[in-house]
Parts: sequence; C-alpha cells; structure tokens
Amino acid sequence: MYPEYMRPSLKKVAQTRKQRFELAKTDKPVFPPMSAEEREEVLSKFHPDYKPDSKRKIKIGVNKGNIFTTEVAEMLESRSRIKPDIFDLSKPDLETDILIIGGGGAGCAAALIAAEKGSKSIISTKLRLGDANSMMSQGGMQAAVSALDSPTLHFLDAMGGGHFDNKPELVRALTENGPDVVKWLEELGMVWDKNEDGSLVVRHGGGTSRKRMHSSRDYTGAIIMRTLMDEVRNHPEKIDVQEFMPTIELILDKSGKCAGGILYNLETEEYFVVKAKATIITTGGYGRLHIRGFDTTNHYGATGDGLVIAYRAGAKLLYMDSVQYHPTGAAFPEQIGGFLITEAIRGAGGQPLNKFGELFVFPREPRDVESSAFIRECEERGNGIETPSGRLGVWLDSPLIEMLHGEGYLDKQFPAMHRQFIRYGIDIATEPMLVFPSLHYQNGGIEINAKCETNIPGLYVAGEATGGVHGRNRLMGNSVLDYNVYGRLSGKYATNYAKSVKLGALSLQHIQTYEDELKKANIKTKLITPILLPSYTPEDVRKRQLTAQYEGTLR
Amino acid sequence: MPTKQTAKKKSEKPKKNKSAPKEMITVLIMGKAYKVPADATIMGAIEYAGYQIKRGAGCREGFCGACATAYRLPHDYKIYTGLACTTLVQDGMWLAQLPAIPAEKPTYDINKLEPDVTAFQKIYPEIFRCVACNTCSKACPQDLEVMDYIQAAMRGNIEMVMDLSFDCLSCGMCAIRCPAEITQFNVGILAKRLYGKYLSKESKQLKKRIKEVIERKFDREFKQLMKMTKDELKKKYYERDME
Repeated sequence: MYPEYMRPSLKKVAQTRKQRFELAKTDKPVFPPMSAEEREEVLSKFHPDYKPDSKRKIKIGVNKGNIFTTEVAEMLESRSRIKPDIFDLSKPDLETDILIIGGGGAGCAAALIAAEKGSKSIISTKLRLGDANSMMSQGGMQAAVSALDSPTLHFLDAMGGGHFDNKPELVRALTENGPDVVKWLEELGMVWDKNEDGSLVVRHGGGTSRKRMHSSRDYTGAIIMRTLMDEVRNHPEKIDVQEFMPTIELILDKSGKCAGGILYNLETEEYFVVKAKATIITTGGYGRLHIRGFDTTNHYGATGDGLVIAYRAGAKLLYMDSVQYHPTGAAFPEQIGGFLITEAIRGAGGQPLNKFGELFVFPREPRDVESSAFIRECEERGNGIETPSGRLGVWLDSPLIEMLHGEGYLDKQFPAMHRQFIRYGIDIATEPMLVFPSLHYQNGGIEINAKCETNIPGLYVAGEATGGVHGRNRLMGNSVLDYNVYGRLSGKYATNYAKSVKLGALSLQHIQTYEDELKKANIKTKLITPILLPSYTPEDVRKRQLTAQYEGTLR
Repeated sequence: MPTKQTAKKKSEKPKKNKSAPKEMITVLIMGKAYKVPADATIMGAIEYAGYQIKRGAGCREGFCGACATAYRLPHDYKIYTGLACTTLVQDGMWLAQLPAIPAEKPTYDINKLEPDVTAFQKIYPEIFRCVACNTCSKACPQDLEVMDYIQAAMRGNIEMVMDLSFDCLSCGMCAIRCPAEITQFNVGILAKRLYGKYLSKESKQLKKRIKEVIERKFDREFKQLMKMTKDELKKKYYERDME
C-alpha cells in the first residue's frame, strides 16, 4: 500500500490517464523518440557509466591498460583461492569430453547439443541447476518470425541498441538463428504464447522496430529454464550435473590449450581436478557486485566468476567498461527494491510518468537511454517521487494496460508482476508501480567469435559471460535468445573440437604467473576470487566473528 | 493465508534521518531467537542475523523456488509455507528453510510419449494415489490449485494441468506435504512440455520463416549490412520505420 503522502501524485496519474489512453490508441509515439544527439546528451550526463570514477585502467593481464568498470577491475586484480603446487594434476579426479561451467540456460543448451552429438559433459554449477538469471527473465525472447519482420531488421535494431559497437558476425548469428530457436524450444515442450490460429503472440520491447518479443506469460525464462533442465535430467548417462560445485580455476595444458578446471565443493570444501577435452564457460554476469551501490535484478550467484577464471588463464575481455541498468527496477516497497519489472509492461503500453503524472520520455527507448532519462527526471528536474526510505522513483502506469487490452489482462499476462505487488497491498491493475533503474546486465565479457571460440584453444564461452554480441547496450529479449543461440553453438563447436584434440600434460602455471604479475604491478590486495557468493552479513556481526577467516566473501 | 497479508503501513513522510532506530521483532531461526527488522523478508532476516546462505537462495525474486520455508506462528497450530525471499517476518515466527526436496524425476523420451493420460500412467503413476486431501494446494506459496491439476492429470486433461501449474516454481512444498507421495511440480513440468510440443497449434509463419533462413533468403541483405561503415548503419537505423 502506498503511503498517504503519495496520494496527490497518484491522483494526478489517474487524472492524466484518460488523455494518455487516447494518445496510446493512435499509431503515433506517445512521446517523441530521441534523436542520436539527444540520446548522446542524456547518456553522457546521466548514465552511471559516465560518472568520472566509474572506470579506470586495468593494471594487469591480457587487457592491461584497457578501461574497465572500476569494480570489475578490482575484482580481476585479485588472488586465487588455491596454491597451484598442492594439486596433483597427473591424476584427475574426473575426466570428460566437455566441462560446462555454469548451469543456467546457456549451460543446459550446450549440454543438450553436446549430448545429441555424442559428447559426454559435466555441468559444474555453483548453486542448483537453473539458479541463474535465465530463470528470471520475464518479458520474452526476440526472434524475427512475423511476416512484417526479418532477421536483418532484427540485426539493425540490435546494432543500433548497442551503439554499433556489436561484433556484426555475432549479431548475424544471433538474429538468423532466432526463428530456429523458437522451434527448437517448442519441440522440447516450451509453451509459447499463441493466438487462436496458432500464430505466435509478439510484442514490442525497448528499441525494437517490429513486434518480435515471444513470451510465456511473464514466466518466460522460468518456463524455458524448467524445460531445458527437465531435458538435461533425462540424460544422466551423458550429462553429469554437479551442483554446489563451482569451477574456481581453469586448467591449461603445456601448450596453452584449455584442459578442464578445478572444482570446489561448497559444502565439504573439497577440491577436484577435472580434465576435459573442451571447456565451455556459461557463468552469466556480475549483478551481485552491486556496481556503484545499485540494487540488482540478478540472482544470488551473479558474481562474475567466469570472467575471473578466464582472465587469469589469459582470455581476452571485451567492453568491460559498460554496465546495463534496467530502467524499471522496483523502487517501492523497500522489500522488493531493485527487483525486475519486466520491460514487457512498457511493450504492452505501460507508460513512465513523473510526479505530475506526465510523460517525459518515449516509453521504449533502448535501456541505457530510458534509464538515463529516468535518472534525469529524478535528479536534475526533481520530478521523482521519494519513498519513505529515501529512494527516488518514477511511476510506471500499469492500469493503462487494462484500458488498452481489457480488464483482467494484467492478471492473465503478468501473473508474476501482479503477485509481486499484491503481497504488499498494491494492485497493479488499479495503481501504478514506482520504479528506478537497477543493475541488470553485463554488456561486455569474454571475447568470442561466432563459433564461441576465445583466444585460448579449447575454451568456449556462451551467454552473458561473453562480450561483443550486444555491443555496449543490450536490447530486451536478446539475452534469452543469446543464451539459446550461443549455448547451442558452443555445444556444437566444442563437441567437434573435442573429437580430435590431443591434450598434453596439465598445468596451473598461469595462476602463478598471474600472482607474479600482481606483485610486479605492486598491487596489494586481500581479495580472493572468484567471489562465488555475495555477503550480506552486517558489519556488527562480522566484528564478532573473531576467529573467522574470510576467503573473499566466504568464511 | 499469511502469504497474502499486506505489508505493514510505512510512515507517512519520507524519513530524513535514515539512522532512526528500526522497529525490531524476534524470530526463531531453526529454534534460535534473533532480533531482526520488523519489515524484513525471511531471507533478509536470516542474513541480518549473520547467516551466509549457501542452500536456500537463488533468484531472490520469486521465480526459482530455492528458498522454500516452513514456519509456525505463536499460539497457532498451523504449519505455514512461504518463499523466504518474498514472505515477511512476523513476531514470534519459528522458521526453517528446506535445503533441498527429495523428488521423483524419472527419465523419459518426450518423443515417445502420447499427449494424454498414458503419459502420466507411465511416468508418474503415483498420481493415481491422490486422495484429494488438498494439502498440496494449502502448502503452495504461489496459491496454486495444485490438487486440481493433479486431478486434471488423472483425467488426462493436459491443457488444464499446464494452465493451473503455469506459475509453479518447483519449490517442492506440495511434494513434501503430500500423503500420497506425489511430486506434483514435476507432473506440472511434464504436462507443460507435452502441451507445448504436441497440443499447442503450429505456427505456419514460423515454419515459413525457418525455410526462408535455410534457403538463405536474407544472405544478400546481411552481406550489405555487414559491409556498411558505422555511419552508414547509423543512418539506416535512425531512418527505419516502426511497426
């Protein structure tokens, strides 16, 4: 329930709704979309990436001298959990064709394709299978299926959204494979939203020129993920799922090929040497680093582990200077601060409004532009709404959606959102939501080509952990597509590679080399990575943990 | 239902002094008493008390079902269930998270199943032991009609199972409470897969588009786009029409 002092502002939202409804029914944009210059201006003044201290040069590693997001540079200039010489690499505890690091959408898709092509794999996952951002995507997946649309239009939208920094070959593979992914998932039993005649329901997302968002109510990621997981578990003879077993370092062979990893049992604290002919990193992103103190929409394990182990082994990173803030994170109530409110709400006609109930931005700008416009409205123009805990936010008018699509539409099409708010006495069918940008996506990552190959032979990467697909800003619905397209491609190419590769003696020398580099660069750090889990232990509790040794965030 | 309760009303005015003392209550985490903020979620309270969660947290937003929690309230005989990430604490709440749910998950080949009652007879025959006690529905933190979808499965009504189990998070509370030892959430997943694969009407346009891609219909246009400079692409992008 909203506090009394917000009532006058809520009243204004209700008063302007009729007029905004009339506007929304026309074919014209409800607010003028920004030009290239206007986009540049709002980004440079208000996007968190443009704050002076938001980036710095990384001092060591392959990308030495490149500009990285400050928190990312700090995470990478860190020490390993292990001392390499205590491991006997001549006797691996487990051997497999492909080690897949990460049990989200990309990892499961990779494992399924690898199994289909005859490879055995181990999925090493830090939490449970499917504990991943893939599970949480609500709004949908882009794919150029409709007759008005084409993969090339999808390509153009993605390139423009990414400020033309995307690697074109990656965007082509992404967009051209879209329709086939829709089909592949359906054959596995994915339930897509459809019209009576069997045609797929499509909606707009931010920055799309055609309606191409495919959905499964607002549980899209959850339904895809549970379909993939169920199928993974149908092949225990081919796919060995190791839960609560993160990979904490990669293993190379003498000639520099990737040859598996060191796995760590989070519960028994044992380490295991796993030898693999090929390795695929599918660890997702880093939202739990809470860059610039932002709340995040990300799952508990999103701590950028894949970046760390790949970088330490010598993999090249791309666009690590760019962070995505989702425009509509929840700003009220406090208990759900930062939670994702799907962009599909705006795709269905929901409008962002200031405290006077006025539109101030086109509702479907690309995410970085939209977020920056929200921040400008709150911070520069003072037109935000303050919450009891001191957060600022703008309204996201959802009742308008009921007027546009009919009563009961929100409950039917957005059950997760409806449920999220009704717990706190807010019915989104009759009252708007209060929103503010929330840390959402790692735009950059480990550089790949269209075969998911990195600069390290035998190391493949897919999904959010990669860099280049989305340039410096991802569009809604392209990450769900990304993890499916590249998850599948990584499974395919890693399998081909694994069939012929000959590995030499295993080595962890790169860990010592990295440690030496830290010393040479005179970096004194206590940080141990991968971080594995964020810590929300209050300071006063930590102070009383008098005999606890923290290794990174873990005791 | 405690999961439907509304949050405590917030103070009327924005607090300027953010260090103002919070209202605190006592919860019993696995029997041990801790003082925690009155407006915390169960997960927030566990972390506030000083626990580093390993099992029992996933998406933290109500989608993954990792944080199933059972609790009781003072002077109340009932066992309540909730997701730790979205359920608020109450004074005197005695709670325990379930680290994992032992669940029946047989392997099967979806290509060899029929989209009717025979699929359930083969894969999850125990559903026919359902005694219609409705304990599963009462245990569901999403307030789903779990028993109704098990009954629908027994009748082979796959569409109904799909629809009623759609918002299921596989938290497992139904399965752990079921006297007939059914793994309801996996039955729901099987039904959704059967529906998506066999019963959902085919999209002709999708078939057509995939054929076009295979026949390399977009090759020429892609090649042109890939050759363009950033400025040329930019021009084309800002000139594109909108649906």
